Amino acid sequence: MGILEVKDVGKRFGGLQALGDVNLSVKENSVHAIIGPNGAGKSTLLNCLVGKLIPDTGSVMFDGQSVLGRTPHEINQMGISRVFQTPEIFGDLTVLENMMIPCFAKRDGAFRMRAIEDMMREKDIVEKAESMLKDMNMADKHHMHAASMSRGDKRRLEIGMCLAQEPRLLLLDEPTAGMARADTNNTIDLLKQISDERDITIAIIEHDMHVVFSLAQRITVLAQGTPLVEDDPENIKGHPKVREAYLGETA
Amino acid sequence: MLGLNKKDLQLMLIVTGLTMLAPFILNPFPESSGMAQFNAGYPDLMQRFVIFGIFAIGFNLLFGLTGYLSFGHAAFLGVGSYGAIWMMKLVTLNVIPAIFMGVIVAGIFSVAVGYICLRRSGIYFSILTLAFAQMSYALAYSVLTPITGGETGLQIKSTDRPLLSNLAEGETGRANLFGMDMRQSFELNVGDWLFTFNAGYYIAAVVMLIAFYISIRIFRSPFGLMLRAIKSNQTRMSYTGLNPRPHTLAAFVISGMYAGLAGGLLVAMDTQVGPERMFWTASGEVVLMTILGGVGTLIGPVLGAGVIKYMENILSKINKDVLHEWFAFMPDGLEDFIVFLVYPFIGKGWHLTLGILFMLVVIFLPGGLVEGGQRIGKWIKNRGKAKDTGGSTEPAE
Ligand SMILES: Nc1ncnc2c1ncn2[C@@H]1O[C@H](COP(=O)(O)OP(=O)(O)OP(=O)(O)O)[C@@H](O)[C@H]1O
Ligand SMILES: [Mg+2]
Repeated sequence: MGILEVKDVGKRFGGLQALGDVNLSVKENSVHAIIGPNGAGKSTLLNCLVGKLIPDTGSVMFDGQSVLGRTPHEINQMGISRVFQTPEIFGDLTVLENMMIPCFAKRDGAFRMRAIEDMMREKDIVEKAESMLKDMNMADKHHMHAASMSRGDKRRLEIGMCLAQEPRLLLLDEPTAGMARADTNNTIDLLKQISDERDITIAIIEHDMHVVFSLAQRITVLAQGTPLVEDDPENIKGHPKVREAYLGETA
Repeated sequence: MLGLNKKDLQLMLIVTGLTMLAPFILNPFPESSGMAQFNAGYPDLMQRFVIFGIFAIGFNLLFGLTGYLSFGHAAFLGVGSYGAIWMMKLVTLNVIPAIFMGVIVAGIFSVAVGYICLRRSGIYFSILTLAFAQMSYALAYSVLTPITGGETGLQIKSTDRPLLSNLAEGETGRANLFGMDMRQSFELNVGDWLFTFNAGYYIAAVVMLIAFYISIRIFRSPFGLMLRAIKSNQTRMSYTGLNPRPHTLAAFVISGMYAGLAGGLLVAMDTQVGPERMFWTASGEVVLMTILGGVGTLIGPVLGAGVIKYMENILSKINKDVLHEWFAFMPDGLEDFIVFLVYPFIGKGWHLTLGILFMLVVIFLPGGLVEGGQRIGKWIKNRGKAKDTGGSTEPAE
């Protein structure tokens, strides 16, 4: 049994069967990549895992518990964090404040009224946020407005914010899309380091094959809403079906 | 000190100084001079400054922090007023229970309204709050007449016999604080100047300082951080395991309670209420105050409230005769022409002046008067620096 078990998940948008009978099992502490051509339903699948969409059929179990019918913040509190295709951060706040928010969420839960305390005097939170920023190589950016950072830095911050919650499953939707080569390589190193150093499972959607083959221990290929193959990276490279559906297009 | 950082403490001390010395500061012109009509240091107006300051501070806690623009906040002020006056009519003429009653009633009402309106955000939220406020106004005006006194509103009458009072037969009760009448004033004559120290004003001012202090604490708290997070990115908020709903509802209720506090104080100062207090223009006014002063800043709303109330009470009193007096030194034809030009902007036309000021601020100073102040401060600093170093030093931002 994997930490994440997706069984027969289907999702329809009007006349379009975006997902049909998707089965997926993600092993604990592994890096699992989901690849597939544009419109294959990868993002839709991810949305079904985090409560943004509710699948029409099937079940999604995380660590033995169903996530269906739960709201995004409840699913997050179960231990699933998500990095978006375009970085979602708190642009109006400083980098340090951005990092403090997940720390509060981890410590205090979905809602706790602390309206009189001074947030900068919450020593444990400030220290945790600062050390997380150091891990992300952003220690010098504490007081910067998050919105004014480069895209690579925003992505880095977003990943850091997810990690600050100490999730058990980290979902990434095309984390390197639109990034320069150098930023992409940095992100690969960062993710490698994360998966080596922490007890964390990573599921990553990615178009960039360089990223996929540098990171993944297991790959699922999705095409037209159904998983084509699930296998180890070595076997995926040469798989005829995959070449036809996917690699053929990009090669 | 007081759990505030150095900058906030400074601000708190400045505001405390200004409110305590307001009777002097607002009366800079000698009584017999022509400028005396610009003096704002009389009790009624000073009370309005601080009470509407409280109203705007509370409004800013919702709008400035979460970005939810309520267009019906006057309903909470009105409901608070009704609660307070009933407390005075029935139980005691002491203002403290009345003010508490105002806060509680407004709090309960805002839980109900907030619970419903916060199901939507953006313009739909604004429209829902507006609908609620207009409904409250219409109800207070008609159906609920037995409770609200309908069109004429409620006053303390000679027939009112509050439980905890020993009024003589036929005596009309007066609002007091442990026996001290709200209207009690001490007048100080210095040369040609007259300064009035009014009991009601000082009570309202102390309440405002407390309200201001609490708002600083909320701004700097983890809860305040969460509210700013909601304004910045609700998606990230939800996917960080935080539930935006109870956060916004709590902000809405706190904000409603501030409005109720203001409503209760209005009644404590002047024991009467009418439904017009809940009319949509009153809700719009607090939006203007906050934007004019600076949304999301600590002191902005108080400044905005001050400017608007000053214009409403001082500018509106200037009439044609006064203008002719001012420009009497000019040749007749020119005098008439200038008066003709200026006249639309004064008296009943003060709204026009306010409108123009508001547009100028929104277009050129999106951060409100506070931003204006900051820019002037920066400019002065830079000028000083430029002289020292002989070169220009542009700040990064
Ligand atoms: N909310 C929606 N409403 C209607 N159709 C949708 C919705 N979301 C996705 N779709 C459709 O479902 C299909 C799968 O979309 P999805 O975004 O999951 O693809 P993807 O694999 O993530 O593609 P890409 O690589 O371009 O990100 C597409 O045809 C898309 O147009
Ligand atoms: Mg996608």
